[in-house]
Amino acid sequence: MSAAAATTSAMPAHAEDVPRQLHSKPVPADRLFRGLLRGAGIAVLAITGSILLFLVIEALPAFRDEGWRFLTQTNTLPPDEFGVGALLPYTVLVAVISLVVALPAGLAAAIYISEYAPPGLQRPLISVIDLLAAIPSIVFGLWGFLHFMPQMLGNDSWLSHHLSLLPCTSVQPDEPQSYVGSVFIAAIVVGMLVTPIICSLSRQVFSQAPQGEREAAYALGSTRWGMVRTVVLPFGRAGVIGSAMLGLGRALGETIVVTFILVPTTGFNCHILQSGGNTITDEVATHVVDFGTGGLPFLFAAGLVLFVMTLIINTLAAIVISRSRSGSSTQAD
Amino acid sequence: MASTAPASADYPTRIRPVSPAETATTVGAAVGSLCLVWLLYEEILPFSGVVGFLISWYLMFLVLYAAMAAMQWDARDAVNRLSTVGFGTGGALAIAIVVATASYALFKGFGAVTHLSFLTQTMQYAGPRSPLKDGGVLHAIVGSLEQLGLATGISVPLGIAAALFLAEVGGPLAKPVRTIVEAMTALPDLIAGMFIYSLFILSLGFGQSGVMASLAISVNMIPIVARASEVVIRLVPGSLREASYALGASQWRTVLNVVLPTARTGLATAVVLAMARGIGETAPVLFTAGFTKVMNLNPFSGPQLNLPLYIWNYVRIEGEVPADFTRGFGAAFVLVVLVLILFTIARVLGGSTPGQLSKRQQRRLTKEAQLS
Repeated sequence: MSAAAATTSAMPAHAEDVPRQLHSKPVPADRLFRGLLRGAGIAVLAITGSILLFLVIEALPAFRDEGWRFLTQTNTLPPDEFGVGALLPYTVLVAVISLVVALPAGLAAAIYISEYAPPGLQRPLISVIDLLAAIPSIVFGLWGFLHFMPQMLGNDSWLSHHLSLLPCTSVQPDEPQSYVGSVFIAAIVVGMLVTPIICSLSRQVFSQAPQGEREAAYALGSTRWGMVRTVVLPFGRAGVIGSAMLGLGRALGETIVVTFILVPTTGFNCHILQSGGNTITDEVATHVVDFGTGGLPFLFAAGLVLFVMTLIINTLAAIVISRSRSGSSTQAD
Repeated sequence: MASTAPASADYPTRIRPVSPAETATTVGAAVGSLCLVWLLYEEILPFSGVVGFLISWYLMFLVLYAAMAAMQWDARDAVNRLSTVGFGTGGALAIAIVVATASYALFKGFGAVTHLSFLTQTMQYAGPRSPLKDGGVLHAIVGSLEQLGLATGISVPLGIAAALFLAEVGGPLAKPVRTIVEAMTALPDLIAGMFIYSLFILSLGFGQSGVMASLAISVNMIPIVARASEVVIRLVPGSLREASYALGASQWRTVLNVVLPTARTGLATAVVLAMARGIGETAPVLFTAGFTKVMNLNPFSGPQLNLPLYIWNYVRIEGEVPADFTRGFGAAFVLVVLVLILFTIARVLGGSTPGQLSKRQQRRLTKEAQLS
């Protein structure tokens, strides 16, 4: 009894409940491991950060020289005046026209594969599309330069004659040579290149539309097109926008196709059927060696402008994707 | 106590997804539009050429089908069937056109590849106007494979370690690393090549070589590998990790023995897909690899040619004799075949998840179960 009283009196009358602090020290091997991983993360950060820093530093002399005139100056002869005033519109024009070609084609193919293709055909088609997205762009460049362009010259002249009411479709002088190497042809080839990217990303998004909602649409008596229109397409809208923006980024940075096809020209005119055009990538790729160390800052500055544009587009795409239901499935590669 | 149902003749009703009326409408619209466009084409419509004919035929087919559908079915049904036919043909056409585009180089290059000398010789003894049977792409193939190997060796360990850092360690450093990796996917590959050219080749005076090209390729590959690997590693179920911790394993043991083996196939797929991208990129290697006509087995010194640069040089820079173009197509053929091989490896690796038995193993197991 006294022993029990002794033990109970040993405990405080009202014990306060304080959470116990748990200290778990990682094992030395774990500390080393985490340190190694952290080191790898820092290394990647350092490498990519130094690339960006190098880019900015190399481009600075050009911006110091010209300031904001760099963006409007249309001259491309260094070192006095070099500007992307003519290059930037061409880059955007080629990318936008290629998207006009690629977005409907890619979307139609994606809807076909995910909704209308026979089940046995779906997996092979998905593999084919993913393979097409990985084919090097120089293969498309070869096709465009050696096969497509000679064939399109006649069609281009027809378009120029019959669509003369639209702006930017006239070609002077009207001879076969002046249709070679036009923005229109280059943009179509880039569009071919971008179509598998858009198709594969959109298809992934469409295939994740919830089965329950699809069956609910059928249960309410809708047709297949009604189900696609009301369930699949709204679900995948953000994913499609994301994939379109990624395709746009790809088209903006495309070098090989435009260098193969476009015939360089001075100044900017919006006659897309006429020969001539010069994008940022084309200009940089052609002139890196012969500009020498004096002219390199200008090329770096042009590359920086392109990088900033692509970065803005990718960031917008990421924002649009992350706010949606279908977002998490769209992986950029 | 089931009551016996009357023995009536039960014919299974065949529900076909496409009714005969639909098939007839489709075929009728196709033939009708063909005839209509044939009639109008050269005479009345101002088009000309094969491409215009095919486009006109397709558009007329859709118009005719829509008209016939409107006559037979009610509005909702007609729109549904029109969209089925439209997407069925349009989607398949889009895919077929892109496939044909990509295979054009294959067809044209097949003629070059059938010469064994194309695959086994370099251009060392071939001049600018040599016929096709002289000279080949062996030096370009060797260069491509070596540069790809170096680039993979640099970018894959870094990329996977960075992905592990983002997924396992995290912390305040993770956000800047992730942001910058995302930003780097936006870098045009041409700029990556320019960076290497300007820093290593011009400023530090290293000169063009295979390792410079692999550095440029790995600058492009690291963000791809890091992002794809992070997604795969995140997909490993948390319960597996927690089970490993519960058994008393430290973090490095968990990662090396549980997480990585589970993510193994996904990681391999990501790596092989990044390799397929890396081998075909031309822009980064334009000024970093250099051009040469002889075999260069050492990627660390001297210019080393690779397949995209071979095509670039012989089609765009030289491009005078038809043999030049055929050589370019042949090199494109080899390049596409290499990409195909890498892709098939990725498909084979990515097909099975750990714990899933392959078909052969399943058959063996069922056979053993039947025997025992």
